Amino acid sequence: MIDSVCSLCVSSLVISVEGLPRPTIIIPEQHILIEGDDEDNPYVAKVIRLFGDESGEQMKAVVQWFVRVSEVPLSKLKLLGREPHPQEIFHYQGRICDDEVNVESILRPVQVKHLDSATPFPNSDDKDTMYVKLSWDSKAFRVVDSALVESACEPASPSSQLPHAVSGVETESLHSATKLSASKCLSTKRRNLATRTPGVCKKLELHSKWEDVVSQLLDKELDSKVMLAHRLSSSPPQPHPVTHRLTPINKAHRSPVTQGTIRLKPSTIALNRLPPSKMNRPLLSARENSTRSVLTLTSFKTLVAVYTIHLTKAQSHPTCPHNFAVCLIRNLLDNQQDLNSDGEDEDEFVPSQKELNGCSEEDEDDGEEEAGLDSEEEILVKKGRGTTAVFRTPRSKQKTHSLTRTPRKNPNKKIMPGTPRTPHQATPSIPCRSLPTRQPANILEEARARLHVSSVPESLPCREQEFQDIYSFVESKIIDGTGGCMYISGVPGTGKTATVHEVMRCLQHAADVDEIPTFHFIEINGMKMTDPHQAYVQILQNLTGQKATPDHAAALLDKRFNNPAPRKQTTVLLVDELDLLWTRKQNVMYNLFDWPTQRHARLVVLTIANTMDLPERIMINRVASRLGLTRMSFQPYSFKQLQQIIMSRLNKVKAFEEDALQLVSRKVAALSGDARRCLDICRRATEICEHSTTNPSATGLVGMSHVMEALNEMFSSAYITAIKCASMQEQLFLRAVIAEFRRLGLEEATFQQVFVQHQALCRLEGLQPISVSEGLAVCQRLGACRLLLLEPSRLGVLQRVRLNVSQDDVLYALKAD
Amino acid sequence: MPQLHFRFRFRCSRGTGCVGSCVRIHEKAASWCIVGVVVTLCACRHLLELLRRSAIQGESNSVLIVGPRGAGKTMLLQCVLRDLLQEKEAQKNLLQVHLNGLLQTDDRIALKEITRQLNLENVVGDKVFGSFAENLAFLLEALKKGDRSSSRPVLFVLDEFDLFAHHKNQTLLYNLFDVSQSAQTPVAVVGVTCRLDVLELLEKRVKSRFSHRQIHLLSSFGFSEYLQTVRTQLSLPDDFTDRGFAQDWNSSIQTLCEDKSVEEALQRHFNSSKDFRSLHMLLMLCLSRVSVSKPSIKPADLLDASRLCLCDAKANMLHGLSILELCLIIAMKHLNDVYEGEPFNLQMVHNEFKKFLQRKSNSMYNFEQPVVMKAFEHLQQLELIRPVDGSSAKTQREFQLMRLMLDHSQIMEALQKYPQCPTDVKQWAMSAFG
Repeated sequence: MIDSVCSLCVSSLVISVEGLPRPTIIIPEQHILIEGDDEDNPYVAKVIRLFGDESGEQMKAVVQWFVRVSEVPLSKLKLLGREPHPQEIFHYQGRICDDEVNVESILRPVQVKHLDSATPFPNSDDKDTMYVKLSWDSKAFRVVDSALVESACEPASPSSQLPHAVSGVETESLHSATKLSASKCLSTKRRNLATRTPGVCKKLELHSKWEDVVSQLLDKELDSKVMLAHRLSSSPPQPHPVTHRLTPINKAHRSPVTQGTIRLKPSTIALNRLPPSKMNRPLLSARENSTRSVLTLTSFKTLVAVYTIHLTKAQSHPTCPHNFAVCLIRNLLDNQQDLNSDGEDEDEFVPSQKELNGCSEEDEDDGEEEAGLDSEEEILVKKGRGTTAVFRTPRSKQKTHSLTRTPRKNPNKKIMPGTPRTPHQATPSIPCRSLPTRQPANILEEARARLHVSSVPESLPCREQEFQDIYSFVESKIIDGTGGCMYISGVPGTGKTATVHEVMRCLQHAADVDEIPTFHFIEINGMKMTDPHQAYVQILQNLTGQKATPDHAAALLDKRFNNPAPRKQTTVLLVDELDLLWTRKQNVMYNLFDWPTQRHARLVVLTIANTMDLPERIMINRVASRLGLTRMSFQPYSFKQLQQIIMSRLNKVKAFEEDALQLVSRKVAALSGDARRCLDICRRATEICEHSTTNPSATGLVGMSHVMEALNEMFSSAYITAIKCASMQEQLFLRAVIAEFRRLGLEEATFQQVFVQHQALCRLEGLQPISVSEGLAVCQRLGACRLLLLEPSRLGVLQRVRLNVSQDDVLYALKAD
Repeated sequence: MPQLHFRFRFRCSRGTGCVGSCVRIHEKAASWCIVGVVVTLCACRHLLELLRRSAIQGESNSVLIVGPRGAGKTMLLQCVLRDLLQEKEAQKNLLQVHLNGLLQTDDRIALKEITRQLNLENVVGDKVFGSFAENLAFLLEALKKGDRSSSRPVLFVLDEFDLFAHHKNQTLLYNLFDVSQSAQTPVAVVGVTCRLDVLELLEKRVKSRFSHRQIHLLSSFGFSEYLQTVRTQLSLPDDFTDRGFAQDWNSSIQTLCEDKSVEEALQRHFNSSKDFRSLHMLLMLCLSRVSVSKPSIKPADLLDASRLCLCDAKANMLHGLSILELCLIIAMKHLNDVYEGEPFNLQMVHNEFKKFLQRKSNSMYNFEQPVVMKAFEHLQQLELIRPVDGSSAKTQREFQLMRLMLDHSQIMEALQKYPQCPTDVKQWAMSAFG
């Protein structure tokens, strides 16, 4: 669809784009737009040098990058201290940036102006002029020298190269048409080249098909518009129904209707050639031109509104065009409100205004957005009532629109007035406390605070080797700009997640002091999501802040990781509790491990799970193979290590006796090697110590006895005590169970059989025999404690009974009585 | 007098409604006679300290209260919470979330309930919208944003904790325990359960995050304490409005408790279970017999109530059967004896019944097959018999295999009390072989 012809001269470059009558010439020192991730906001850069590579076939350009407002992270945007201008760009002075681009990715030249930091932004609608005030080095904004920015020779503005068209409107729309179609075509081409996996291919096909449908619909609509315009212009300028309705406006703007319709015509034709997403701008200017004519205004308004709604739905990136659409609609409505200042339609507009405000505030919430737009439609339909001739087309349009959009679950629910709606910007937070926390008062409290698992230690002792391995793995990948996977396993409480976090902290620090390139760290946890496919949603949200459905998110991520893009930084992804991401087809795992192998992904995936043989056990071959062999396993802590961990946490707070610590660590090391357990026991021991200090001989330190008590509390099983504390009949019943088991030689009996033994035992003990109901109640109580395992109680006397404790334990407990 | 009576009833029902004198736990520890003194006081202090530290110092904790049904687990928690909330510092800070495993049957519902009770910002009115995933993400984000020193601590009480362990992936438990083990909003997770093996239900990574604090609440008291409890539960307090009545009443309770037959009945109950709920049931039955004309509990009342509590439910049902149905039950009993508990069908039972009619009966007539069938079905509806598992519904009804859900002792007991039971039927039932 596009041929970019590169001339062989290195001093200038000629790009010819289909749809443009003349090729554009690019020369060094000129500012250009370069195709990027976001089709509506291409990258801005200045050409420094053009050259051909060794083979001479591939033309390249060395560029100086500029950063758009949307590319600066939201958190850093605060540093600016003011509202950024939408056309503002920043001179990029950061490091690590591929400053060579293929000339194919150049879209067109653009105008960049330098402004002093004090001068206000000129109030202009021209989207092709960018303004530079400051520079951005990924940490701070600085004032930039004008010499760096302004082109040495200001190139002839692109529009001036074109033959002067019928009107300014058309020139401009043509201009943006070229820009856009170029961008779109290029990206489609790239996509087709880049996609290899069949699944993805399909998705994208669908996607582009959809776009086709949309553009077809638009074309159709435009044709009918043109027809309409023709009809309007051919019809005599008699008072139209619409003028009745809008008489006050008509009075205010005394202009013949015909003039408006004539003006309408060229711009609609121009529209016809526009791809969807940038259509609103010429319309806007057209609107400005035609405010004189009421009829044109109204029809245009409908047109604009319907299109913007449509466009919002059609876009794969909902944010940018949506923003635009919303502000456009708002402009229109403001205008309308001014015009209708007589107040006849006021109440219709007040709610819609609210709707719009909410809508623009919450760009990412798809549902809300749709709801907002729906009510918008409603209003438009309302407005259109009574003006049959003009409004028929928009209404039929609406029908097609509703066909193209994805079905919603409760379409009526959200529009219904009075239905409570989720607040637009619900910030997740817990209320603040009214009274401050009390600081630890004594040495034991201090020790307890330090021993809490949540307190972040200054260093992670006993994991130096693992730390080093992970660090060097990730660091090398970041420096090389490549990707890779690592699998980390180990039983719970061996410091897997803590170590990775520590590595990330160190790497972040290194990046802050410019030792390594900056990177992006993302963490997801299989246990913290409701469904494996939510992983995509969370990754996407962490990467870009976008919200999407799992399928859509997967497609977007796929596109992001599979396509080359300049200025991409490495992403480090930590996947905790990997086994929870298992699905039957394993597509989530597959994707996670497949992305790092892509050439342009720059993705490092660190996965954590409990079991060492997880890849062999649950993964199919193609997934396990992509995970690779970079594995690491965290051994359970030995008692020395545990001791060291406690010591380092206590950090010279003397609260424990030496022996006590050793006892805890030996005990835990023998049982599980879980550091959390160790810390919890120590914490409990300090509590016990605190309460037993009534004893004057105590030193105030946690001693052996306290630790022993804590250990008993946590590790002893309560079965024996529970049997000892059971009622007489319950104890008898347990005895009867054992007697019956011995008689049968089996470990299972029905209640009826046991009950016979029970009655006999009662008589033996000199107790009054109990009734069957009572016996069943006794049995159920033992079952509820899980001393016995029972079948469901509806089986009554036929239910089978088993012991959940060993017979010896029961006998021991009963004998000691 | 009726008003007094009402008040008096109210007092008693309130007294029996909760596990009594917990109120006095701190005023006079001696009156804490319900549960084994040492264990409970220790547990109470442990829990109170734990929750206080959460509320005041913002320390995250998790603890399980384990004990058999009716041992006072919830009571313990309520007492501790009431004491804790008397402290101003704790009252102002602590947020509470109460969940019950029987109500919040999966994580989706539980999450909505948590969000609602915390009144987070995505709550509208009384409802929480949004998908499961959104709610989870929102809640986790909210908890993550908080930190020890600035945000209010949240107390999560999970009643029937073991049921939460059956939720898919134990997502909720993992996240709650994970929050309690990381530097986020301070939380205290208190689980209440009657299952002793509850820790074995937790997945290992969930288990590792749980602090392993367990408070075992076992009823390790003897009969004398039990008797003492009955006395305190029934006594009126000193500050009762009508002093004269209170004195009379208390002295009557004193004599009641000293009665030999009453003591025996109570001993029987104590032997059967140490559960306070069943004791309250018994005492409520006695109390409901108190009236204006009979202003005290007599030993006979308690014995009656005790009989009512201990009687066999199935044997009572047998009293309401027709003679034919009873005969069928006896025939089944004989079949059970002969075939050692093998299942039977209607045809076999009917044959047995016919044998009885031919040989021994002189008061009974033979019934038509459809009548017998109807009686048989009635027995099935009463669940006195039930079809053998796995027997297909396709077999004809008269050949469907059944099992008897009654014990021999129940049948014999019912026969003794059955009004106007023909003697030949009784004899047939008692004979060794049909």
